Amino acid sequence: MQTTRLALASAAAVGLLLAVGCTTDEIPEAETTEEATASTEEEWFVQADYEEQLAQRDIEPEGDPTTPWLQAIEPEWVDTSEYAVDGGDHTVCFSNASVSNPWRVTGWITMQQQVEVLQEAGEIGEFLHSDAADDDEKQISDIQAFIDSGECDALLISPSTTATLTPAVEAACESGIPVVVFDRGVNTDCAVTFIHPIGGYAFGADAAEFLVDNLEPGSTVLALRILPGVDVLEHRWAAAQEIFADSELEILGNEFTGGDAAEIKNIVTQYLQRGEVDGIWMDAGDGAVAAIEAFEDAGQPYPVMTGEDELSFMRKWKETGMTALAPVYSNFQWRTPVLAATMILNGEQVPKEWVLPQEPITEAELDDYLERNEDMPSLHYAKFGGEDLPGFPDAWRDR
Amino acid sequence: MGRIRTAAAALAGGGTGTVFALLAAIFIAVAFTNPGFFEGPSLMAFLKQAAPLVILAAGQYFVIVSGNFDLSVGALVGAQVVIAARLIDGEESRTLPVMGVMLLFGLAVGLVNGLVTTALKVQSFITTLGMMLVLTGAIRLWTGGAPTGSLSEAFRGPGRRGIDDVPLIGQIPWAVLIMIGVGAAAIWLMRTRFGRVLVASGDNELAAELSGGRVDTVRTVAFVLSGLSATVAGVLIGGYAGVSAQVGQGMEFTVITAVVLGGVVLGGGRGAVVAAMAGALTIEALFALFNQMALPSTIRPAAQGLIIIAAVAYAAKRRTRRPVAATATTNANPS
Repeated sequence: MQTTRLALASAAAVGLLLAVGCTTDEIPEAETTEEATASTEEEWFVQADYEEQLAQRDIEPEGDPTTPWLQAIEPEWVDTSEYAVDGGDHTVCFSNASVSNPWRVTGWITMQQQVEVLQEAGEIGEFLHSDAADDDEKQISDIQAFIDSGECDALLISPSTTATLTPAVEAACESGIPVVVFDRGVNTDCAVTFIHPIGGYAFGADAAEFLVDNLEPGSTVLALRILPGVDVLEHRWAAAQEIFADSELEILGNEFTGGDAAEIKNIVTQYLQRGEVDGIWMDAGDGAVAAIEAFEDAGQPYPVMTGEDELSFMRKWKETGMTALAPVYSNFQWRTPVLAATMILNGEQVPKEWVLPQEPITEAELDDYLERNEDMPSLHYAKFGGEDLPGFPDAWRDR
Repeated sequence: MGRIRTAAAALAGGGTGTVFALLAAIFIAVAFTNPGFFEGPSLMAFLKQAAPLVILAAGQYFVIVSGNFDLSVGALVGAQVVIAARLIDGEESRTLPVMGVMLLFGLAVGLVNGLVTTALKVQSFITTLGMMLVLTGAIRLWTGGAPTGSLSEAFRGPGRRGIDDVPLIGQIPWAVLIMIGVGAAAIWLMRTRFGRVLVASGDNELAAELSGGRVDTVRTVAFVLSGLSATVAGVLIGGYAGVSAQVGQGMEFTVITAVVLGGVVLGGGRGAVVAAMAGALTIEALFALFNQMALPSTIRPAAQGLIIIAAVAYAAKRRTRRPVAATATTNANPS
C-alpha cells in the first residue's frame, strides 16, 4: 500500500514538476529532465517528440485514405491472438475523461454511432461507459470499478491527465483484459494499443508555418491560448514558439482566454487599440469567430488567421474570404478505439502505437468540407469522419 | 476649506470614495501607457465591453446590500445565452419572443433564489450556489455538453452595434446607453422607500422589521433584480461575442469582487450602488491596464488579486477608524 502510494505520488510529482509530454515512451527519463530544466519557458518542449511529429506530417500513412480512422503512420504491428475471444457480442467498456468541450462532444457522438454499427454486426454486445467529468480521482475509481466488475472483455480509456492516470491504466493492464488508450497518453506502454493523431506539436507548427508563409516579415502576430498547463495545448504553443523564433514575425503577446468568446473579443479589441495586428494564432478554434468580429467592429482589415476545423470558424472564413487555415486535431480518432477493440478480440493485429493522420484544412478544401458538413451545427468539427455511419446526419445535428 | 478637506477625505478615505480614487489612478496609468485610449472610439469600445459587468454589479449590489449573496449570476448569464442560441437558431423573427422567454426565465430564477432564501430560511450562499449548479447541470444536460444553434443579427444588435457616425466619438454603442439607463434606474430605486428598507434590512434585520420594513419582500425583490440584471447582461454578452460554452463562467466572482471593491460591505447595510458599478468599471480598467502594459498573462490574476485585497483592506481600515473617533467625540461631550 505504502509503495503504491509512493509510486502514485512520485508519478504525480514527476508529471507536475517536469511536465512531461504525452508520448514519453521512447525517451529516456534523464533526457527529458535535461530538456525540462534547460529553460522554464520550454518546459513543455521535447525536441525529439517535436522533430518526430513534424516528420510524421510528411509520411504517407498506411491504409485506405477514404477511411482515415483506420490509417496508421509507420505502424509497428503487434500480435493480439492472446486476447482473442470466441464468438461475438463482446462487452466493451469505456472510461471517458469528460465531454466538457465541443470537440469531445462531437467525438463521443461519433463513437456511439460506430458502436451501434458494431452492435448490429454482432461484434459488440454491451457497451458500458463512464464519464469522469475531468476529475482524475473519479476516473481512477471508474477504471477500478470496470476491472472489479469482471464484465469487460476490453477496456477503452481516454485519460484525463497523463501522470495521475498512469497507475490506474497499469492496474487495468495487469487485470489481463486488453486495454486501448486514446487521445491523451499515459506514461506506460502496457496498453495493447495507444491511438492518437500525430499530436500537438504538429498542430501548432502547421498553424505557425502558415502565418510565417502568408505574412510579410516584420508583421505582428497575437497568440490566443485556452489554458496553461494542459500538455496537448502546451505542445501546440511550444511548437509555434520554435517556428516563430526562426521567423521575422513580431509576436505581440500570448493571452489565455479560457475559450470564452467575450474574453477573446475583449483581448483582441484591446490589442487593436494599441496598434496593428496582422495575424492571429490560436491553440484551439473555440471562440475564433469572436476574434474575427473584433477586427470587424474596430474597422480593421481581417488578419491572416489559424483557427481549427470547428464549423463556425470555417463558415466565417468562407463568408469573409480571409486568408486562413484550419489546423486539425483529428476528431475521427474517436471511431478508432471501438474498431481496435473488436480487432483485438478477434485476434487481429493492431499497431502498437496507432498514429492517425492529422492534416489541416486549407483554403482549397474549404468548400468541400463545408458542403459535406452543410447540415451540421456550429461547434461541430469538420473532420469528424462519421459521414458513412447510418446515424448521419441526425445524430450529430440534433445533439 | 473644510469642504475641500471633506471631499479629499471622502476620495482617499474608506468605503465609497476609495473606488473612485483607484479608478482615477488606473485611468491615469492607462493614459500614460497609451494616450490613444481616451480617444472617442477606443473609450467607447472599452465602455461597451465593460457594460455587462457594470449591469451585473448593479444587480449584485441589491442582493449584497440587503445582507445576501447571489452566486448564480454567472451560470444564469451562461444559461441565458445558450437558451437564446438554441431557441432562436438563426431565425430573425424569433428574436423578440425569445428575449421575452429569457426575461421570464431570469425573473423566475431570481424569484426562486429569493423565496428559498427568505421563506425557507436557507442561507443565500447555499441557495445560490445550489442554483448555480442546477443551472450549469441543466444546461449541460439540455445541450449535451456544447451549445447548439445560433443568435440572430437582431439579437446581437444591443451588445455589438450602436448609433453610427457620431462626430468625434464614432459610434455610441447601445450597450453603453443601456448601461447608463440601468445605472440611472438603480440609483433612482435606491432613493425610494424600497431602497431604504433594503439597506436597513442588511444593516440590522430586526430593527428594520420592527420599524415596519417588509424585510423578506425587499430581499426577494433584490434577488429578482439580480436575475433581471443577469438577463440584460446575458443579452449584451451574447450580442457582443456570440455563443460559446464558457460564457459567464466565473462572472459571479468577478462581480462580487467589483461590488466589494466599490466599498459595499459583505453582510449588507453599507455602500452605494454607484460605487458598486464604479467597482465593476475599475476591474475592467485594471484588465485594460494590464493589457496595455503587456504584462505576461500568467502574472495577471496574482496582480489583480493583490490590488483588490489592498484596496478593500484600505477601505476597511478607514471605516473601522471612523466609528472609534465618533465614540470618542461623544464621550468628550456628554450633553
